[in-house]
Amino acid sequence: MNIEKKLIKPASLEKLVILLKEEGKQIFAPVKKDNLVNFAEISTLQEMTEDYILTVQSAKSVAFPKVENLFDIKTTKESITLTDKNLNEIPEIVLLGARPCDAAGFDSLNAIFTWDYIDSIFVERLKKVTIIGMSCNKYDAKCFCTSMNGNPGDTKGSDILLTKTNDGNYLAEIITEKGKGIADKHSSLFESISDTIDKNKFIAEVPVKFDLKQILENINKSFESDLWVEQSLRCISCGSCAYVCPTCACFDIQDIYNGHEGHRKRSWDSCGFGLFTLHTSGHNPREVQSQRWRQRVMHKFAYMPDRQQVVGCVGCGRCSRACPVDMNLKEHLINLAEEVVK
Amino acid sequence: MDSIRKKVTELLESGAVKVVIGYGEGSDNNVKAIFVRKPQDASKLIYDERCVQNLAFYLMKHEVKHMGKRGVIAPLSVMRTVLQVASECQLKEDEVVVLGITSEKELVEFSNLKELETYISKSDLSLPAKEKEIMDKIEAMSPAERWQYWTNQLSKCIKCYACRAACPMCYCIRCQVECNQPQWITAEATPMGNVEWHLMRAMHLAGRCVNCGECARSCPMEIPINLLTYKTVSMVKGNFEVYAGASSTMESVLSSYKSDDKENFIR
Repeated sequence: MNIEKKLIKPASLEKLVILLKEEGKQIFAPVKKDNLVNFAEISTLQEMTEDYILTVQSAKSVAFPKVENLFDIKTTKESITLTDKNLNEIPEIVLLGARPCDAAGFDSLNAIFTWDYIDSIFVERLKKVTIIGMSCNKYDAKCFCTSMNGNPGDTKGSDILLTKTNDGNYLAEIITEKGKGIADKHSSLFESISDTIDKNKFIAEVPVKFDLKQILENINKSFESDLWVEQSLRCISCGSCAYVCPTCACFDIQDIYNGHEGHRKRSWDSCGFGLFTLHTSGHNPREVQSQRWRQRVMHKFAYMPDRQQVVGCVGCGRCSRACPVDMNLKEHLINLAEEVVK
Repeated sequence: MDSIRKKVTELLESGAVKVVIGYGEGSDNNVKAIFVRKPQDASKLIYDERCVQNLAFYLMKHEVKHMGKRGVIAPLSVMRTVLQVASECQLKEDEVVVLGITSEKELVEFSNLKELETYISKSDLSLPAKEKEIMDKIEAMSPAERWQYWTNQLSKCIKCYACRAACPMCYCIRCQVECNQPQWITAEATPMGNVEWHLMRAMHLAGRCVNCGECARSCPMEIPINLLTYKTVSMVKGNFEVYAGASSTMESVLSSYKSDDKENFIR
């Protein structure tokens, strides 16, 4: 589909939020609470903040919630009844204000959840998400999307991408059929705009930090490197990086019972935890943190490109922002690649 | 700073320690923990206002422990942690050299943990002003308001367990939250599941937390969870006159019994 350019004024965007909500869609947008900006459900555009580079947490929970009820369990003396999740109950969600890196992250998640087993719950959730992204007009030292084949005005992954222009209006790029559906239905809110408008004037210029092709090639050769040990000495094996990451997909499955009724639930987990790979026998194939840190990085930069033909990182830098001990992924990647060349 | 670097160089040159855990320049004006093993690397050590991480955590970390005798750059929270974990038999006196840093950023040396205890007994262990302000606000709330405050705060929790990972006192090989036969604490990050987890953790840290603030500092959702454990510590102090991180021989209030223990809290 050719990208169509339109103009949407703030007042029209405000109306759009109300109209989409009236259609029964849940609108999630960046909301500031206790000085933290995170995605939360909104009823009016006023609740959304534009004072953010990135939300603390990624947007992944709209398709991969931190807790997912997989099925219900009922037991009697004679039988056990399992009831699958009713996929029709999954709500239609509009994700407003997701950054291009957030939007791109769903591609990696989708690659994992549809690889050898098609996860119908994830697929259905993602199908019902419409992304009205927002280009970045600022960035910080942790951002490295441009090194990961992305950019602050990238249309990849969004259904509609908004870019705030200097007159306060938004350039709306209609990217997918889903996006076109909204734009056509509410065509009075989308005005025409000159096709020659230069979006680049309004978006941040994030410097390129490394050559991704080179990094991917070198990481593949770095499995035996001593650097993993050195880098992860200060890692405290907390799960911050994984839990804020837009592409981390590790999960844990547990049965939660209350008498004869229960649920099988899926919760976020992290390959950085020792328990993640601990066997019942007591043996742990990833015994120390350096092996877990290597797994986390190699999974994203070696195993995923190999298996799913997609890199498991979008360069949002959330992991490095959330890390309490300054494990800087970008820096570590560069150092690993340099070491292999030596 | 020079005196710290000089001392570290000496310790490494003489072989008195195999590694010194200290602060170094990190990325983007951050500070990171560094592990100095060669005398010439002592020059990488820094100490300023940004150096707040409780490095005592690494004294017990598998990979660091196996390097041999450890030195550690120790502002007050690290000194208290060393005493606390020593009292809990997690660290032996001869395994560590504490390079104390005073509030004036001066080096203070200790030849044994007794001397460290004496130093701590003369130090100001009260809550920092900023935290005290929040604490006072919470204390002034009615029970209903307080419940509301904490359920609001804890509903933000994503159960990444960074608080537990960062806490030098959370060294259990198997945390109770990970026991699932039976499942004492639910694994889900739901508002009530989060309350269960944090209350359990606070109870397990009663009288043991040295209020280094690592749990709150490492929380990506910026929940002031250190106040929960601090509260349990102040209650233990009030009732049992025992203060965490003040002695390497203190008995844990939660796992010891004295016939003259107060029972006034049993109603």
